[in-house]
Amino acid sequence: MATEQATENYTVEDLVALNPYNPDILNDLEKFVNEQVSSQTYNLDVNLSLLRLYQFEPERMSEQIVARILIKALMAMPGPDFSLCLFLIPEHVQMKEQFKTLIVLSHYLEFWDEAAKNRNILEVVPGFEQAIQAYAVHVLSLTYQKVPRPILAEAINIEGLSLDKFLEYHAANSGWIIEKGAQSQVIVLPRNEVNHPELKKNAADTVPFEHITRIFPVLS
Amino acid sequence: MAALYDREDGAPPAPPPHAAGAVDAYDPNYVPDSVKTFVVHLYRHIRDKNVYEIHQMYEGGFQRLSDRLFRDAPWPSAEAVSPYCDGDHVFLLLYRELWYRHAHARLSPLTAAHRAESWTNYCDLFSVVLHGVVNMQLPNQWLWDMVDEFVYQFQSFCQYRAKLKNKTEDELQQLKQFDKAWNVYGVLNYLQALVEKSMITQILEREKEGLEQFTATDGYDYEGGSNVLKMLGYYSMIGLLRIHCLLGDYHTGLKCLAPIDLNQQGVYTIVIGSHISTIYHYGFANLMMRRYVDAIREFNKILLYILKYKQYHQKSPQYDQILKKNEQMYALLAVCLSLCPQNKLIDENVSTQLKEKYGDKMTKMQRYDDEAYAAYDELFSYACPKFITPSPPVLDQPLTNYNQDAYRLQLKLFLYEVKQQQLLSGIRSYLKLYSTITITKLAQYMEVDEATLRSILMTYKHKMHAVDSDGKIVSSADFDFYIVEDIIHVVESKPTKRHGDYFLRQILKFEEMIGELEKVQLD
Repeated sequence: MATEQATENYTVEDLVALNPYNPDILNDLEKFVNEQVSSQTYNLDVNLSLLRLYQFEPERMSEQIVARILIKALMAMPGPDFSLCLFLIPEHVQMKEQFKTLIVLSHYLEFWDEAAKNRNILEVVPGFEQAIQAYAVHVLSLTYQKVPRPILAEAINIEGLSLDKFLEYHAANSGWIIEKGAQSQVIVLPRNEVNHPELKKNAADTVPFEHITRIFPVLS
Repeated sequence: MAALYDREDGAPPAPPPHAAGAVDAYDPNYVPDSVKTFVVHLYRHIRDKNVYEIHQMYEGGFQRLSDRLFRDAPWPSAEAVSPYCDGDHVFLLLYRELWYRHAHARLSPLTAAHRAESWTNYCDLFSVVLHGVVNMQLPNQWLWDMVDEFVYQFQSFCQYRAKLKNKTEDELQQLKQFDKAWNVYGVLNYLQALVEKSMITQILEREKEGLEQFTATDGYDYEGGSNVLKMLGYYSMIGLLRIHCLLGDYHTGLKCLAPIDLNQQGVYTIVIGSHISTIYHYGFANLMMRRYVDAIREFNKILLYILKYKQYHQKSPQYDQILKKNEQMYALLAVCLSLCPQNKLIDENVSTQLKEKYGDKMTKMQRYDDEAYAAYDELFSYACPKFITPSPPVLDQPLTNYNQDAYRLQLKLFLYEVKQQQLLSGIRSYLKLYSTITITKLAQYMEVDEATLRSILMTYKHKMHAVDSDGKIVSSADFDFYIVEDIIHVVESKPTKRHGDYFLRQILKFEEMIGELEKVQLD
């Protein structure tokens, strides 16, 4: 069949860009999800296309693949990928245990306790812990100018020597500064507009260039 | 011709499956004189590429004849009018398009057979256009209505076939027989094909670089060619956005619209129906993706536009639709502003209207209690698109109605998001009272332990910050904070005085006024 030949010559990303509404590419997309898991890559558009195809042909849906897509989407936080995927998954599927767990994880930051109870789901996808730790660091840097060490430790679920190593790495590469605080070490996080609102003032009244183009006819 | 989106199809039991059984006296072969004249003239105008006259007949003539002669009955069959248009194949496809559109709007009940026949007609019509052999110029209104109606009939069919409980044996038989009609792959692929074959994305790109005239001519071709494929391609982008919203795939929907720059005057603004549909779906998609500021900005612009210009559309068949969408967008705007309070993004006139219509509800929604929840539910349900389940029904199992499943899922996910905000409302009320406070004290006041409080504070940050379309972090909070070790510093997001925005708006307003004043002639 022509399509089988086509799938050999095109990458999966090409398939999705050129001919996404095509039931014949479903198997290729499923294979690609598994590739994303094993090679620690990620592609939202391909995953959404697959979820759409499952919508069109519910008999062909694989819950295992859906779970993997959702875990990959969790790893993409703070992006909205997880919600985007949920919109495409039927309610009765979302009611199943493994999906309920993932949904809880996406909404709350009491992450590690919940995750500990469900190691089997999460261990399937390599890179998951690191992705969530990166996200936790992201939220911490929106919240704190200076964060006490125990708080950081809890947020990223790392302690002791591993934590020392982690701190060293970020001190060298991410601009973290480690100080002595009242009761423990304190980590000074890099400045951004959210944990240092005074930085926002400068950016406040900028007008995006595209908006200015609206008055070009007037100016000429 | 407006599509009546609220139409309840198939409520009473069906009459015989062929042609409209509604009016017993209907003779598909009888052609009244006024219809003969109509067909002859319309055919001639299309051959002469007289777009103005075509538009008059399409908007006015067809409407008037429908109201006078065909209130509840179908128009004469295509075969019957064929002699009056030289049996022209393409003209008859267009005639049938009007025929089935009229049937969808006026005939009750509409059978599966009718719907399937309309599908076939659209397939034939689009195939002809895609083969590039069409040499007509049609009014943009008609071309937009074609795409709009195509999507509407698809949505209507999905709703129809998902209501299985009260269907008769006959109706179920028809569904089995016409199981290929309006299949989701076909619908999406036709629109996609129109976008691709028309090369509309390339045309828009080249236009940005000054290499092509498109918007300047309103999409019409003044060099003897045809505007049909180009415009159908253009409108199909909006059609794709709409279908993806109906499926719950907001990300892809917005991608389909991406070639159209909403910050510029564009062809999408020429036909008011297309303008409204574009912004409504764009705004809704952004709302579901928590990009509240983007949604608010666009809703504000279109609502102001409708306020100013709706009087000019009072006589048009689209007027009811315009009003309906207007109300829905005010509801969506109320929702957006309650989830993401913004003071300076709304024009004063729009703000007044909004307070009038939804002032009470907005106060409720910002109280973050159970009544708030109900208000969000009500407004969302009123204003949301009619979501669909795209897969065909399984007819062998016990028959149920599952036409509400898609809507229930989207509503549930939306309300879950609202609930997250509600849970954080406790924090908000405390943050409003202090400029600084220690973790220990706040934990005491809120009667939780410190670890829980820190968790709540992080969750607040997690929920209140989304990533916008450019990848920037955007806050939807009106109260924010940062923590230094164990002291919370509260920051009230001062409504950023968007002087730039304000000046831009006023410049455009005054320019318009000057233009109008210059038109005034003093005798």
